Amino acid sequence: MTNRGNSAEMGKPKRWQDVPMGGIAFGSSAEAVETGQWRSMRPVWDGEKCISCLLCWNQCPDRSILTDGNGKVTGIDTFYCKGCGICAHICPKKAIEMRPESEFTGPGAGAKGE
Amino acid sequence: MPRREITSGNWAFAEAMRQINPDVVAAYPITPSTDIPMKFADFVANGKVDTNFVTVESEHSAITACVTASAAGARVMTASSANGVALMHEIFPIAGCFRTPIVFGLVNRCIGAPINIHCDHSDSMAERDAGWVHLYCEDAQEAYDTAILAIRLAEHKDVLSPVFVCQDGFITSHGFEPVEILDDAAVKAFVGERDADFPLLDVDHPVTYGSFAMSEYYFEIKRQQIEAMKNVLKVYDGVAKEFEAVSGRFYPKLDRYRTEDADFIVVVMSSASGVVKDVVDELREQGIKAGCLRVRMFRPFPADEVAEILGTAKAVAVLDRALSIGGTAPLAAEIKSALYDCGKNIPVQSCVYGLGGRDFFPQYARELFMDLAAGKVSREERYLGLLE
Ligand code: SF4
Ligand code: SF4
Repeated sequence: MTNRGNSAEMGKPKRWQDVPMGGIAFGSSAEAVETGQWRSMRPVWDGEKCISCLLCWNQCPDRSILTDGNGKVTGIDTFYCKGCGICAHICPKKAIEMRPESEFTGPGAGAKGE
Repeated sequence: MPRREITSGNWAFAEAMRQINPDVVAAYPITPSTDIPMKFADFVANGKVDTNFVTVESEHSAITACVTASAAGARVMTASSANGVALMHEIFPIAGCFRTPIVFGLVNRCIGAPINIHCDHSDSMAERDAGWVHLYCEDAQEAYDTAILAIRLAEHKDVLSPVFVCQDGFITSHGFEPVEILDDAAVKAFVGERDADFPLLDVDHPVTYGSFAMSEYYFEIKRQQIEAMKNVLKVYDGVAKEFEAVSGRFYPKLDRYRTEDADFIVVVMSSASGVVKDVVDELREQGIKAGCLRVRMFRPFPADEVAEILGTAKAVAVLDRALSIGGTAPLAAEIKSALYDCGKNIPVQSCVYGLGGRDFFPQYARELFMDLAAGKVSREERYLGLLE
């Protein structure tokens, strides 16, 4: 009565018996979803001010704080970052600033930004 | 050796939970089910269980945490009543669809308003189409036993559906009576470990729960849930027999009391059936062929068996402790539908009793049997004990 397999490979079920139980989809696709597209504010990290305390790395809900693997912050990965601002809020050195995304992507982007 | 205790329906249910030792319990207190998570919280605090006990801010969050934990692969239990159950309403069909085998101690209490803490079945009856199994218990012993049995039923591979274990608020939940408690080891062996099919936490075989299913597949997924319910009817007796082997107690879907040769049968659920059975004995002594059918399993509804049992009666009365305002009361609707399908034109008197905890007296059952015997059966719903 249940189908176990890979949703992408199994093709379109033709009968109710072949549909995966409970609408479960096999595999996971969340990693491929660029949630960064939802962002309206972008965190901008300042390596000069950062002391690599890792508070932001610990609190970021989208694992977007990049490190060098030795506990040093190297920047922010904007692929998943939704711009929640937790990192900027929590930073004891004010090393992260939230800036409108329009500064980076809209008409005139780059004028004030990087 | 099993031991005998004087205990309440709630405490007995909590004791079953201790013995089952579920992985996760998420609960929010509401009268009259509060005792269950309260007693269980004691077990957690005193290290009697390994359960991750999640205290939340509402019933909606409680059942949401339960569904998620169950999808993750955990064995999950909880309890609630009345408006707490109603607040969970949004999540019940999700639990049903995700096929999360949660076992839920539902202590029946009427839905407000008017606000009232006493028993009727309006809370669980409002959830009868949610894709949950509904089992209604007559007494504390049955509530205890059913909590244990329900784990195996819910997690059965052909079922994988959540189960409500209902008992009457205050009457059963707070009444103290002798209950036989099984050995911890016997319960542990009976329930075993949950072997989840598609646990979210199996990261080597990732699955996604709650993905979109539009008009192409929504219907098919619902059809699967119907199949799961049909399977309950097939596998239930087997599970109940296995439980009998452990406990010496067998709980049928339908508890028939002197119905074999009965002319007049009263159909009832939960604690009020004790009163009806007493009256049956009394009337039998007077030569009236009375019988009582207690419906223990309401979802799935064992319609074929009901029709077989009632099919030889001359008249039937159905006692509902819930309303369908503007329609036929829930149990009466099921009974009439079951009898219609088997082609028996047996007069059925629908009666509503006990709303908001109103007492149900033997006199009501006596009068009802007498009316059935006198052919006084009408299509009008009757209200037992109403001020009128
Ligand atoms: S803005 Fe939010 S999501 Fe983006 S890096 Fe900071 S904490 Fe992470
Ligand atoms: S919280 Fe601020 S200082 Fe600490 S690691 Fe993050 S950016 Fe650097």
